[in-house]
Amino acid sequence: MSSYNAFSLFLRMLSATHSFLSSSFMLLFSRQGKLRLQKWYVPLCDKEKKKITRELVQTVLARKPKMCSFLEWRDLKIVYKRYASLYFCCAIEDQDNELITLEIIHRYVELLDKYFGSVCELDIIFNFEKAYFILDEFLLGGEAQETSKKNVLKAIEQADLLQESGGIDEEELEE
Amino acid sequence: MPAVSKGDGMRGLAVFISDIRNCKSKEAEIKRINKELANIRSKFKGDKALDGYSKKKYVCKLLFIFLLGHDIDFGHMEAVNLLSSNKYTEKQIGYLFISVLVNSNSELIRLINNAIKNDLSSRNPTFMCLALHCIANVGSREMAEAFASEIPRILVAGDTMDSVKQSAALCLLRLYKTSPDLVLMGEWTSRVVHLLNDQHMGVVTAAISLITCLSQKNPDEFKTCVSLAVSRLSRIVSSASTDLQDYTYYFVPAPWLSCKLLRLLQCYPPPEDGAVKGRLVECLETILNKAQEPPKSKKVQHSNAKNAILFEAISLIIHYDSEPNLLVRACNQLGQFLQHRETNLRYLALESMCTLASSEFSHEAVKTHIETVINALKTERDVSVRQRAADLLYAMCDRSNAKQIVAEMLSYLETADYSIREEMVLKVAILAEKYAVDYSWYVDTILNLIRIAGDYVSEEVWYRVIQIVINRDDVQGYAAKTVFEALQAPACHENMVKVGGYILGEFGNLIAGDPRSSPLVQFNLLHSKFHLCSVPTRALLLSAYIKFINLFPETKATIQEVLRCDSQIRNSDVELQQRAVEYLKLSSIASTDVLATVLEEMPPFPERESSILAKLKKKKGPGAVSVTELEDSKREGGELNGGGDRGQDTATMAASNASTPSPSADLLGIRSTAPLGAAPASAGSLLVDVFSEAGPTAPSAAVNDDGFLSSAPPSEDPAPPLSEADDLLNKFVCKNNGVLFENQLLQIGIKSEYRQNLGRMYLFYGNKTSVQFASFTTTVSCPGELQSQLNVQTKPVEPLVEGGAQIQQVLNIECLTDFSDAPLLNIKFRYGGALQNLTLKLPVTINKFFQPTEMTSHDFFQRWKQLSQPQQEAQKIFKANNSMDTEVLKAKLLGLGTALLDNVDPNPENYVCAGVIQTKSQQVGCLLRLEPNAQAQVQHTDSPERVSHNYSSIPNFLHYLSPYSVNI
Repeated sequence: MSSYNAFSLFLRMLSATHSFLSSSFMLLFSRQGKLRLQKWYVPLCDKEKKKITRELVQTVLARKPKMCSFLEWRDLKIVYKRYASLYFCCAIEDQDNELITLEIIHRYVELLDKYFGSVCELDIIFNFEKAYFILDEFLLGGEAQETSKKNVLKAIEQADLLQESGGIDEEELEE
Repeated sequence: MPAVSKGDGMRGLAVFISDIRNCKSKEAEIKRINKELANIRSKFKGDKALDGYSKKKYVCKLLFIFLLGHDIDFGHMEAVNLLSSNKYTEKQIGYLFISVLVNSNSELIRLINNAIKNDLSSRNPTFMCLALHCIANVGSREMAEAFASEIPRILVAGDTMDSVKQSAALCLLRLYKTSPDLVLMGEWTSRVVHLLNDQHMGVVTAAISLITCLSQKNPDEFKTCVSLAVSRLSRIVSSASTDLQDYTYYFVPAPWLSCKLLRLLQCYPPPEDGAVKGRLVECLETILNKAQEPPKSKKVQHSNAKNAILFEAISLIIHYDSEPNLLVRACNQLGQFLQHRETNLRYLALESMCTLASSEFSHEAVKTHIETVINALKTERDVSVRQRAADLLYAMCDRSNAKQIVAEMLSYLETADYSIREEMVLKVAILAEKYAVDYSWYVDTILNLIRIAGDYVSEEVWYRVIQIVINRDDVQGYAAKTVFEALQAPACHENMVKVGGYILGEFGNLIAGDPRSSPLVQFNLLHSKFHLCSVPTRALLLSAYIKFINLFPETKATIQEVLRCDSQIRNSDVELQQRAVEYLKLSSIASTDVLATVLEEMPPFPERESSILAKLKKKKGPGAVSVTELEDSKREGGELNGGGDRGQDTATMAASNASTPSPSADLLGIRSTAPLGAAPASAGSLLVDVFSEAGPTAPSAAVNDDGFLSSAPPSEDPAPPLSEADDLLNKFVCKNNGVLFENQLLQIGIKSEYRQNLGRMYLFYGNKTSVQFASFTTTVSCPGELQSQLNVQTKPVEPLVEGGAQIQQVLNIECLTDFSDAPLLNIKFRYGGALQNLTLKLPVTINKFFQPTEMTSHDFFQRWKQLSQPQQEAQKIFKANNSMDTEVLKAKLLGLGTALLDNVDPNPENYVCAGVIQTKSQQVGCLLRLEPNAQAQVQHTDSPERVSHNYSSIPNFLHYLSPYSVNI
């Protein structure tokens, strides 16, 4: 399948599943354009994901500060916001609410911040799996699952408590 | 090391990530990754069983490598193993890996599903949530098959933990989106709807997404959600900012849930129950009131959350479109936002006001903000905001402010971003047309458009201005004068030359009285642009020149001189060459009367929806242009091109050129040489294949270039066959494949094959426009006695043919006995609202069932002589009005289906053929001789038949052999 076809298929899929207040995907990337987290709520092949990421990162990085946080991109609306060195970027559909999406991003940042304690890009790099776990507690299938900060963090902390109390890894010579 | 290691830090992973970060180059990074991959591979393959921790660590490293953008082709099995670990963190990493790297490997899916099944039935809420997250993340068909029936049970069970309910609701939503057929809500519907009443706000928040999606698809089954949603909304809206504890976000109570509730209500019409409706209106008023209250916090999060609800409420108000009071309040609120210091709010206000502009209740209120919006168009620094401002100006435009808005949009175009110019041009063109009362204003506007943004003026736009000028005689003189002036500019856009050439060619006489724009001045002006133009424009100019010869006989010598020069008459472009040759000849041999008839002024174009609007709709996608707008344009479009007041006689030769809406068509219709039939064919045409359709340079006579748009009766009955249907049919006597029919909208191609008495025909219907054909139906019928002679079977075609698409239809044909008529093919479809109705003859002729028969000279003449009775023989003498080329004749005779027999006839000039016609009832042998007489240009055909019964059809098709005349 040519990439063009794949993409139009993707767009058809998006319109077919007409979701509500939900994201099609979420990307976190640095000012240098390095992708730090990607979450796709629509099935796409890896090639398409890479293509979309590349184009979108370029588009968003080219925008000046003070510009509006929303832009039309292909058939989607992009809502993005920069926090320190990281861009948080959500793709939503035409009917979806931009402002509430902006606050979805903010709530996620708050969750990361609370969990890591003054989160920075490095926390997300070195603990990427945690960033994914927190996101899954907060958003599922692109929809808000739990918007209470307390409840999300409680779920994550409970999980952390369930970890085994081994300490082998500290001693082990690791490669 | 900077890494924060929370929870179960994996030191090896952190070291690896550090290493990668320290790599100085891409190559170094790849090297490090390959080293790691080799290491992990050897660990996985090693004899020593890995403990859970190591497995988790390596799987996590693989995941990291994958997320860096590298391909991972192993480790899936280890990840699946982790799923069944009873250690939470191992399980969690396993699930994460699976969620990110879904693999369609069916064996693996079965294992994954097994692990999920175990976790779902574990009654451990943390494990259940993990499993549900995995299903929601992967959402594959296989998972839907395995779990779609289980999850609703978990969702509504009384003893399910809240967090599990939340995951289950969204998990189900994801499965519903991928496989709606597998998610059967039936018995669960009412209990799911009642989740809106759940005490836990998180459960309501998750469940409402599911309910909204299901309501969209099954509004009736879920309609009880309306009153529940209204009461829930009412409780939230009236609560104090602290009531909802952690669900209050920056002093705004439950903003996400509020937005979702308002969105759910947009799936339904306003509530019928007065009490529910009253309560809802109260909520909406409260939301609008709150927007006026001083903010409870200076944080942007507070205002964003508050305004998110406000915008969603406004969307609902617009959706209902029944509360004038609320609509006007919404509009005023948005008006305030138009000048807000937050760019985001200005953007959204412009966007939202666009939809308000289409409501009759708020249109006037929106219009009061025109100055602010124009100012936004001029001063906003962000192109996406300017784009919204332009959209809003377009939406708020009506007769009262059209001139102002069009002027502002035109001046904006001079500096507009390239990305939005084309759309802006279309919008200006549409507004100018839609609200033109004064056509000179319209012409000025379009010419300005071409001047300012010529590159972005699509064909539709300049076609349209010409159509309108042709249809309105009150503007023709002005148009001629204006284009003449515009062409004076030293550098003018090619589109200007096209419009100028066309209009001066038609109406140059209206300004010729002024010595400053005398015929020769006009011609010289046009011709000064000629050499800078592309081939299509030059072709158009050549047509304008021949029209000049008709309008102004005094220019004849000059123009003939131009046509005669080598760069025209020997132009390497065949179209230009042909035009030059034909026009030159036409101008020298045709009498003034003939010239006047052939080159008569164009008749008015039929009324139709603006093709520009269609283009804008296509560009913006469906839904971008509101229904009212479309209706409007129909109404007003009618006013505009009402050609009726001209009352011109349309029965001219040129009438067939009148309707050329398709972008590929040449407005003058010159591509079709039919109307210029009086013109001698160019040298090229002499080479035209004697029997078949016209030559390569001109898809002429045989290809119907008229818009049958205008001629087809708007009736549901099949139209009578086109007058040229027989000609179309004749093209196919000797060939099986080709284009049967073509006009501006539709092309019908044919491929057919025959064997014995059976045939199969493939019909290809191609939509040449960019607009969908609706209700497309085709009917094949065998009129009269043909019904008992020919059996044609087919299946119905798809009723929709998208723009640019082609559909195929297969016909199975059986010849029962001999026949002389052709089956009829009726095609009906809707293009832009108008019914198109067209009947053609299908090229099924008796000779298609010929089977060639070889025989010796002796056999041939023996049989020939046996066929001596009058009804067994047919003879026809006809004039060949073209050169008789041996190879071409041979090809034709073979195409007829017979065997061409060499060395049979003693006279080598003659052609001898034999074949057997295969029908179901009988086989009929047929012999044929063609005796060309070169001197007399006469061909003489004998066709005796073996059976006595009357084969009138054979002589009939013999005359198809008569060469098709191209030259005079």
